[in-house]
Amino acid sequence: MERVAIIGVAQTKYQRNSPSSHDEMAFEVAQKALEDAGVSIEDIDNTVTCTNDFWDGRTISCMTITDASGSSKVPTTNVEGDGTLGVLMGLMRILSGHFETTLVVAQSKGSVGIPGLITNAIFDPLYERILGLDAINSAALQARMYMFKYGITEEQCARVSVKNHKNAKNNPYAQLPLDITVKDVLKSRMLADPIKLLDTSPVSDGACAVILSRESATRKISRRPIWIKGVGHCSDTYHLGDRDLSDVSALKSAAKRAYDMAGISNPWKEISLAEVYDAFSYMELMWMEGLGFCDRGGGGALMDSGFTEMGGSLPVNPSGGVLSAHPVLAAGLARIAEAVLQLRGEAGARQVAGAKVALAHGIEGACGQGHCLFVLGS
Amino acid sequence: MSSQKQEEKSEELLSISSIVDVPYNYNAGYYVSQYLRELKENGRILGVKCPKCQKVYVPPRVVCSQCFVQTKEFVPVSDTGTVKAFCVVTVPYTNPNTGEPKKLPFTCAYIKLDGSDSNIMHCLEEVDEKKIRAGMRVQAVFNEIRTGDHFTDIKHFKII
Amino acid sequence: MGRRTAIVGVGQTNHRSKIPECNGQELIAIAVRQALDSAGLMIKDIDAVVVGNMDHFESINYVDMWSVLGFAGYMKPVLKVTTGGTTGSAVGHAGFYHAASGLFDVVLAVGWEQNSESDTTAAIVTHCEPLIERDFYGGAIGGLASQYSAYMDRYGATEEDAALVSVRDRRNAALYNPYAHLRKTITVEDVMSSPYIAYPLRLLHMCPRSDGACAVIFAGEEKATKITDRPAWVWGVGSSHGATYLGDAIAIPGLPSLEKASRDAYRMAGITNPFKQIDVAELYLPAASAGVAWMESMGFCEEGGGPKFIKSGVTNMGGELPINPSGGVIATNCIGATGLIRIGEAALQVMGKAEKRQVPGAKVALATGFGGCLWSDVTILGSKPRLD
Repeated sequence: MERVAIIGVAQTKYQRNSPSSHDEMAFEVAQKALEDAGVSIEDIDNTVTCTNDFWDGRTISCMTITDASGSSKVPTTNVEGDGTLGVLMGLMRILSGHFETTLVVAQSKGSVGIPGLITNAIFDPLYERILGLDAINSAALQARMYMFKYGITEEQCARVSVKNHKNAKNNPYAQLPLDITVKDVLKSRMLADPIKLLDTSPVSDGACAVILSRESATRKISRRPIWIKGVGHCSDTYHLGDRDLSDVSALKSAAKRAYDMAGISNPWKEISLAEVYDAFSYMELMWMEGLGFCDRGGGGALMDSGFTEMGGSLPVNPSGGVLSAHPVLAAGLARIAEAVLQLRGEAGARQVAGAKVALAHGIEGACGQGHCLFVLGS
Repeated sequence: MSSQKQEEKSEELLSISSIVDVPYNYNAGYYVSQYLRELKENGRILGVKCPKCQKVYVPPRVVCSQCFVQTKEFVPVSDTGTVKAFCVVTVPYTNPNTGEPKKLPFTCAYIKLDGSDSNIMHCLEEVDEKKIRAGMRVQAVFNEIRTGDHFTDIKHFKII
Repeated sequence: MGRRTAIVGVGQTNHRSKIPECNGQELIAIAVRQALDSAGLMIKDIDAVVVGNMDHFESINYVDMWSVLGFAGYMKPVLKVTTGGTTGSAVGHAGFYHAASGLFDVVLAVGWEQNSESDTTAAIVTHCEPLIERDFYGGAIGGLASQYSAYMDRYGATEEDAALVSVRDRRNAALYNPYAHLRKTITVEDVMSSPYIAYPLRLLHMCPRSDGACAVIFAGEEKATKITDRPAWVWGVGSSHGATYLGDAIAIPGLPSLEKASRDAYRMAGITNPFKQIDVAELYLPAASAGVAWMESMGFCEEGGGPKFIKSGVTNMGGELPINPSGGVIATNCIGATGLIRIGEAALQVMGKAEKRQVPGAKVALATGFGGCLWSDVTILGSKPRLD
């Protein structure tokens, strides 16, 4: 694969009820990403936006940010899915030979709608919706299956939450930097057994932007380019009943593709850090297994061992992860932005020392039906 | 298959009606907030000027799409302008803002207000297409009671 | 550097106003099965899938995830592209980029719509800014009708000129295309006696609402020539999303986004005289008026020359540049698929597989997509790997 780098990144501060509108957030990150890369809008020859109609309450929601994302004057497209998939689209457009530099902008405002109703609409209108399924209770189903099958405990899940909210204290963009204990998590309000409030990501508003560039076009930039070493994406089937919710085959398939491309055979040894999409605490444990950091069912023990803590062998979510800020669609792009900052050595208080290879992960659909994974390297 | 069997077969096909009802609380953001506030409090229409190309855009927005530069200066524009294009809509549909059927006929018009470089979309009082032409001059008619919630502080535009 | 890419298979459903015996996933399956069969492929040969639809039109959030059943997306890379009315063509372009990038060899592009299941106009109206535009928007028809009223004023075009476009496209669908939704011919009198839905557009100037699906298979150069001996090579793609606000986009005359997108596509393909060099065009004309007002935007005629161009008959079957042998959007509009159907029909033409609607000897075909805030996509296909 030809060498393509990420040369600029930007994020808004994530918060609930941001007073900014969608286009104001998009413009903020587009401008900041250009500044970060040291290029101007004229250097951008195409864009990819990531928006979702249901979350925004507007059909053709990409229209809202056409001007603000710099998409009015250059070829553009809209990936209605996680920001990681937007970067994949941006990458393919460059690899096709027709473009040099892609600006990718993702945004959403969870505060404008009612997340329970919006995520209820994910489910099949004939069979599933009437059951009142939404993101939280479907996750509860998955968590229960996973915990039951492998003997994962609620305490082990809670440890993810404790770790990530503490990591968020080092991240100026995070919405929920918190000092909490396992006990705090276990005592927090039950939302849908076994998922409690502190096991759950918040409702967030925010945007993120990333600029990709072909190697030949990166010479003029000031910052250290971060290379895309590998990428993979994969989708499981749709109906919850057709899936083994404790299974992570889709992630494994995406990871295999990304690792093969990047030449990685022992992920737990060769990767410096991972930014993964932990919409719920149990998810981080499942994704560790899917990413090959441990065997199936080993997620809980891995968490207990301290392997994924800051200062451990493979810190996971030094940024605080999605548990600390969950602007839908932008959250996956933020994983990439954070990974880039780490590899540049610009991650400030949350820096993982000597970071050389990082993973950035995003999910799509209910209970992680789809996965997209990037391997980035300095 | 005989036609009777076909009829029976299609009677077996079910469909289920449901309504997806998701309420939204939209943020106006800084620029639209200024616009709506000025409409409500002073009965004036604001545009925003691009510091680079000097174009004035109504409604105000954060960025000039041509220059990709942040707009900062708010500029009042006239309440009078020219119809650039229009159509008289008679096809029934549900107004997604209210859930009620849209009141018909209504005239959707693109109007270039004096002092603005872009067109705004609003409606005309006149709904007879024989009496409307592009190029006609129109003036905003403001509602007596203005709420600032909605662009309907301008009731419609009348032909002058 | 990227690689040459071609379309190797096309499939579509028999589009109708309501297909009660299928749900969306099943519609997709019909189109995908046909595309695979036409290329002699199995679903396991597909390396990645790109799909598109507007969640609100189907009333399902993350509708791509729901749709995986239709194309057997289990354990496949799936990505969703959605841009309003241009979704079909954007999906087509995305399929092209997937294969041209070299990351995937054989890519399935899928678009579909079950119009009968939703209140599409109400959904479309939500694309306007909710606080300051939505109450005044006349639906998808509003922008088109407004544009044509201004074109009529400036150039003396008439409703009858637009009616000629309806008559042409409906005739093509009736005589040549068994997949089209509306398959009865109409006359200018029929159009002019149909009621106004948004002056100056009448009912028979407008596209219908259809249920249907389309699947197009893209392949990188090496695989393409192994799969079929007559692939439809992608020569050029162009795309332009001009604006956020409709007020900014309404520029009279013509369609600036179409002008820009076609210019970019022509340049990429090496086309310098579109009217002469293109053998057949499948255009996304959501209203017959577009078939008059937008011809100049593609360089087919001079400014204001739309009425003369249509009246000359060069765009009829048998003419110098047949437009919409399939009947186009006026005969079938399953929104999420429509743009992709244009690309699929153009591909069938240069592959020589367009059956009764084949333009004899067609070697270069043009397909356009339209939607959103007056946005445009253009695709140029050829029967040879490149123009020269």
